[in-house]
Amino acid sequence: MSTLRIKGGKVYDPANGINGQIADVCIVDGKIVADAPGATQIDATGMVVFPGGVDVHTHVAGGAINFARAMTPEDHRRTQAFIRSQSRRSGLGGFAPTTFATGYLYAGMGWTTVNEAAVPVLSARHTHEELSDIPILDKSCLVLMANNEIVLDLIEAGEYERAKDIVAWYVSAAKAYGVKAVNPGGVAAWKWGGDAKQLSSPIAGYHKLTPGDIVGQLAQICDELKLPHPMHLHCNDLGAPGNVATTLETMKHLEGRRAHIAHMQYHAYGGDDWDTMCSASDQLAEYFNAHDNMTTDAGAVLFGDTVTITADGPWQHLLYKLTGRKWGNLDVENETGCGIVPYTYKPNNLVNSVQWAVGLELLLMIDDPWRVFLTTDHPNGACFWRYPEIIHLLMSADFRNECMKILPTKIKGRIKLPELTREYSLYEIATIISAGPARALGLHQKGNLGVGRDGDVIVYEPSNDIAYMFGHPRYVIKAGEIVIDDGDIRATPEGHEYIIQPHYDPSTDDFLRPLFEDCYTMSFENYPVEMERIENPHVQDCTQ
Amino acid sequence: MIILNLKRQPTVPLEAEVISPDTVRGLKHAEICELPVYHGKRRLRLDEFFDVHGDGADEVRIRGDLNKVRWIGRGMSSGSIQIDGNVGMHLGSGMTGGAIEVHGDAGDWVGAEMKNGLIRISGNVGGQIGGGYRGSLSGMRNGTILIGGTAGLEVGLRMRRGTIVVGGRVRDFAGLQMKGGTIVLLSGAEIRTGAWMNRGTILSLQPLALMPTFAPSGRCDPAFLRVFASYLNRLGIQIPTDGGFYERFVGDRSLPGMGEICVWQSAQ
Repeated sequence: MSTLRIKGGKVYDPANGINGQIADVCIVDGKIVADAPGATQIDATGMVVFPGGVDVHTHVAGGAINFARAMTPEDHRRTQAFIRSQSRRSGLGGFAPTTFATGYLYAGMGWTTVNEAAVPVLSARHTHEELSDIPILDKSCLVLMANNEIVLDLIEAGEYERAKDIVAWYVSAAKAYGVKAVNPGGVAAWKWGGDAKQLSSPIAGYHKLTPGDIVGQLAQICDELKLPHPMHLHCNDLGAPGNVATTLETMKHLEGRRAHIAHMQYHAYGGDDWDTMCSASDQLAEYFNAHDNMTTDAGAVLFGDTVTITADGPWQHLLYKLTGRKWGNLDVENETGCGIVPYTYKPNNLVNSVQWAVGLELLLMIDDPWRVFLTTDHPNGACFWRYPEIIHLLMSADFRNECMKILPTKIKGRIKLPELTREYSLYEIATIISAGPARALGLHQKGNLGVGRDGDVIVYEPSNDIAYMFGHPRYVIKAGEIVIDDGDIRATPEGHEYIIQPHYDPSTDDFLRPLFEDCYTMSFENYPVEMERIENPHVQDCTQ
Repeated sequence: MIILNLKRQPTVPLEAEVISPDTVRGLKHAEICELPVYHGKRRLRLDEFFDVHGDGADEVRIRGDLNKVRWIGRGMSSGSIQIDGNVGMHLGSGMTGGAIEVHGDAGDWVGAEMKNGLIRISGNVGGQIGGGYRGSLSGMRNGTILIGGTAGLEVGLRMRRGTIVVGGRVRDFAGLQMKGGTIVLLSGAEIRTGAWMNRGTILSLQPLALMPTFAPSGRCDPAFLRVFASYLNRLGIQIPTDGGFYERFVGDRSLPGMGEICVWQSAQ
């Protein structure tokens, strides 16, 4: 029986309203307990104790990130190398870290749970194989549904109940944790050379189906299936100047339903073109603050090199046209697509500067830290291992002002950031990196230091250098085991995978089989991922 | 001066980036002998393969058939390396200064992604001279590479600045995706010269088979030519400036690029 007592730290546990009280945190057999006499002790006197970090939206496994790895050898040559040792496997950091390195880097800054946000059902098997190679972390993944032609055909034909069964079948077959919608209808339209930017215009290739129909009905399906995490939505018209109108319209379609709006930064722009692009974060924040059916994550941008990857093929083609750099695009049969473009965010570029500001503005202007979470849409806005830099920006208005000095002078009047004086407290940081995303994901055992919850804990040594403090925790504890001790990887236990098995009508198999024979290159029997392929599966209840 | 004589031929490629003035400068003889080299995946001492004479200095001389020895002079910033014999891939890769002279042939990726310095090779070389490694946005950023003999594919791949002069025949795709700098082809090149080039200059003293995506833009007498010719003259290379003209072509228009290929036509 493993027991651990983290003694005398200042505990920040927003899920239980604990704000900096001195307390002991005790863990027995991986779970938090009220007391553990005779336990191994960690002296956390003067230190700060957080629940383990939870990433609500990241891209760490599967076809797209693997494509990005293959496309960026120039980054592999210069990046941090993990040399094989007794306790760890070899690997590379950088924009698109290799699987084992992903686990080491996330755990190294205290994150112990991640949600891979975009998995085509067709590559689910591959994704699970990679997820099982990411050590230390607990994982979950979401399957892409908003451009699946079988689902779209059913929605167009008005067969809502059947569509619901199919979605439940797909989530079960993929051993996923929820539903992701990327540019609803837009990726399907891209296969006709088009895109879908207006919520009420019919999608290319369909007679009357609109993105609005898909958004509303998929959200409804997720609610009726009682999924622990609502529909996870990448809105239409990502990245384009003036797209705030589309985003607001999308939010209106979602009224009365739950939803998580992914990487809102990319959907919060005003202006008419690249020259007039400006921040419209105030409009989004105002609407969002007044409607508590939604959660969101920032998708913040930091200046520097990265690689952008998304299922949003048409956007990636545009980004390639803008940058002239190498690019990749994939067609995933009748399910979705994918695009990869390496990208450099430059502070002297007006558009990039606006993006940088918008991510921070949303985090600062959305009042409730339980509804907005820290992400960079890794690796799209920046790599996940740069989260501590964003925490620094959120906690210090002076530092933000310092950083704004390098922005182009033309930025004046285009962003709201200079007017914002809010500074995050440690309690709020613990909310946006852990308690909030855990709650939004419906992972009640995470982001919470209450009795019976998972013993995932970060212990920080307080420092005036905020980015250093959050980048170099003194201890990271996963399920009661010390995995990081002063920068050293002490242990690399395997994580769990959270999956759900929503109910569907038993006739769904017979309905899908002939469609499969018709549409897919893979046979129906080979398509679902067997439960035995999942390492340490943890089936989360979805009936409440 | 330090002298290295190859005494044992490696059976698989030997990665010897320690052979560089930057590494050996100031080291004692014994310290140089134990510098690490990688024979395939095995880490061995430098003196397993070389007889080492002398102490560390700015000048390194190497003798023997070094076909399988790679990465000599990697990232060097000053000093000189002289090689008597053939040498393997990645010679002077990423160097920022100093000089390398080879009396013999060299492999692929000579001076790849170099930032400055001079590389002179009397014999033939492989491909991707001064090129950018796979995935990189740019190849050599400055410096000079002089080749006496022939060169392989993709000479100056994605180069951004600097000069490459090749005395012998050059194979396909010279100046592929070139972004700047100058390539001088004293004996012409095979096909698809300048493919995908965006900026930069390719001078050829022999007629070239040009791609249809290069547009003729008349005769020219580039303003930089006399200055450039006198620079090359100091390095022992003559290019004509009088008694003829350069026929200029602009491309690669498929991008559309603004690079130039200038082909010498003598007056008679």
